[in-house]
Amino acid sequence: MSTEVASTTQAPPVLEVVDLETRFHTARGVVRAVDGVSLSLRAGETLGLVGESGSGKSVLGRTLMGLIATGGTTEVSGTVRIAGQAVHELSGRQRRKLWGPKIAMVFQDPMTSLNPVRPIGVHLTDPLRLHLGLSRRAAKERAVELLDRVGIPDPRRRLEQYPHELSGGMRQRVMIAVALSCDPEILIADEPTTALDVTVQKQILDLLGSLARERQMATVLISHDLGAVEGRTDRVVVMYAGRAVETAPTTELFAAPHHPYAEALIGSVPALDAPPHTVLRAIDGTPPDMANPPVGCRYAPRCNRAQDLCRDQMPLLLDTSPGRSVACHFPVSVALPDVPEVPDGANEKETV
Amino acid sequence: MAGSGTAHLRESDDAVLDVRDLVVEFPVGRKQVVHAVSGLSIDLREGETLGILGESGCGKSSAGRAMMQLPPPTSGSVRFADTELVGLKPRELRRARSRMQMILQDPISSLNPRRKVKDLVAEGLAVWGYDGDDRDGLLRETLLAVGLDPEVVWERRPHELSGGQCQRVCIARALLMDPTVLICDEPVSSLDVSVQAQILNLLERTKDRYGLSMVFIAHDVAVVKNISDRVMVLYLGKTCEVLPSDGLESEAVHPYTRLLLASVPGAEEVAAGRGEAIVPISSELPSPLAPPSGCRFRTRCPLATERCAEEEPQLREVRPGHHVACHHVAVTAEENQ
Ligand SMILES: Nc1ncnc2c1ncn2[C@@H]1O[C@H](COP(=O)(O)OP(=O)(O)O)[C@@H](O)[C@H]1O
Ligand SMILES: Nc1ncnc2c1ncn2[C@@H]1O[C@H](COP(=O)(O)OP(=O)(O)O)[C@@H](O)[C@H]1O
Ligand code: SF4
Ligand SMILES: [Mg+2]
Ligand SMILES: [Mg+2]
Repeated sequence: MSTEVASTTQAPPVLEVVDLETRFHTARGVVRAVDGVSLSLRAGETLGLVGESGSGKSVLGRTLMGLIATGGTTEVSGTVRIAGQAVHELSGRQRRKLWGPKIAMVFQDPMTSLNPVRPIGVHLTDPLRLHLGLSRRAAKERAVELLDRVGIPDPRRRLEQYPHELSGGMRQRVMIAVALSCDPEILIADEPTTALDVTVQKQILDLLGSLARERQMATVLISHDLGAVEGRTDRVVVMYAGRAVETAPTTELFAAPHHPYAEALIGSVPALDAPPHTVLRAIDGTPPDMANPPVGCRYAPRCNRAQDLCRDQMPLLLDTSPGRSVACHFPVSVALPDVPEVPDGANEKETV
Repeated sequence: MAGSGTAHLRESDDAVLDVRDLVVEFPVGRKQVVHAVSGLSIDLREGETLGILGESGCGKSSAGRAMMQLPPPTSGSVRFADTELVGLKPRELRRARSRMQMILQDPISSLNPRRKVKDLVAEGLAVWGYDGDDRDGLLRETLLAVGLDPEVVWERRPHELSGGQCQRVCIARALLMDPTVLICDEPVSSLDVSVQAQILNLLERTKDRYGLSMVFIAHDVAVVKNISDRVMVLYLGKTCEVLPSDGLESEAVHPYTRLLLASVPGAEEVAAGRGEAIVPISSELPSPLAPPSGCRFRTRCPLATERCAEEEPQLREVRPGHHVACHHVAVTAEENQ
């Protein structure tokens, strides 16, 4: 166990993100959907990305993938490094070459990523032939293996079927097979089970977990559902209004969250073993308008610990212990490290 | 025998909402029929919250809507406040049903996008032609009761509100009709957890304050347990199990309920209390056009035997107030006693 931990810590990260910002210029102003996020991920590691809807999880996932890049009204700054390559410095064509063998993504609604007029088989064999240069025949055999691996019964027959002929759970399995077809080093799963029934959800999450283990894939599991992330990830990043507000090993986060938002979020989920009619820990108010966020801590208007300092100064993401950090002036049950006075405006740089 | 029985109904006749053998079928195509609800019976008592739990497609919404007569059921009886609603003429129905209100999953689309909050909330009153001097005062009071600041939202339209705020508007609109029964169809399923908690707390407070009885429909076990006194589990239009919500996670015995519990993320430990985990033999929901014979869950049930295909299990009591429709669970329960 301990050697395993040591070896993963020593392996170089397969995904490195430094100070990533994704801004959309809209009629209402600049939306800083991702606002200075840094993180790194090693082979075989699973990172959970949690936060309420609108907190920037999907935009972050798509920016990591290089699906969102500078152009038009969109601006991306900071660095995303995949296998040593800075994704956003590549040409569009070079970037697309990463999709499949280096990084792949699974989305919430498989129907939007599957082409309704093409049979399942083609979705699988196309990338295999394109990226791996397999023959038609070899690609088909590989597709059958993949469908079988993701738990689709009677895979040979399924190759001929169209997406609408499958249930939601089966379609998501197909999407996972497509994402895995070129054996990616990094898998980004954006709410992969949100649209599915609970019994199917568990099966899909179990499948993703076992695939990540057997292939030593680095996985980013994006979810608004804390339950989906607890017990299935090594580390968690909690996002609020485009920023990482806390990052911690998963078990430590759920045992003792330090950020008031993380604490309230965990407390707002009804516990199955709590008695009926237990009053839930709700969070008052709603997340800020991302085109016009409050100055200082973005959570301050909803925070039960907020003081004047919070409404004034954006808290830095600071390490509280190895592998843990929190962006809060008055964190829950932990003392902040002593930091030298930062000059005004210097609190932009952060690391996770 | 159409349903899974009525053994779970309680002896006394003080139910505020009494539903018997509710059947909802939708004809589709040539001679085909969707069996959405197949013989559902409930007795909702005053001040009680009954949770209806099940995966999508199991007939929860069809049942809730049939209770409201939107549309009326294919067969069965719905007695509300001592009036049989099935078969009433539209005008009589509107009067008889006014004190039974419904709240839906998607709050934004259940509000007319062109109307302002003050008009949306008053919609119910307008139906009655109510125009007393205290109208605005009543509206403001109700908005406050659901946690909306009348000064802020009065002139706003739905798109200027968050999902949680829209759901509050829907609740306010329902409350203004002075209901005794509230049917909530997945009222928090489309909301973020922090907002979901606000609405659940609000419903709980509102229920006490306005003396409501509730039918609360959802697919999330923990949510249903939190708000309900009793829980009814549906599968493909049939009742599997009815039990008190207190201790549900360890007391439930129907294989489908166990499967739902085992699927709750992080619930493995909680559910482990009661022997082996349930592993479904198939993840596919059978077609509601041709539901399986006998027990409808049998195609996914690890305990299924021939008897399950031949004979429909009837609800029977396994302990006071706890009823299960399963051939094999009854045996286990006897052993446990
Ligand atoms: N193309 C876009 N143009 C403008 N704003 C956008 C765009 N895409 C996303 N946003 C905004 O960015 C924020 C983050 O969105 P998203 O990443 O989808 O959140 P999440 O996945 O956490 O629910 C939201 O406020 C959203 O409205
Ligand atoms: N108007 C309709 N016409 C045909 N089939 C319907 C109609 N409404 C619902 N159904 C079907 O009835 C079954 C039960 O649906 P529903 O009551 O919405 O379930 P739930 O609310 O539990 O998800 C499903 O198979 C659904 O497709
Ligand atoms: S910085 Fe202040 S407002 Fe922000 S979370 Fe911490 S205590 Fe709350
Ligand atoms: Mg998203
Ligand atoms: Mg429904």
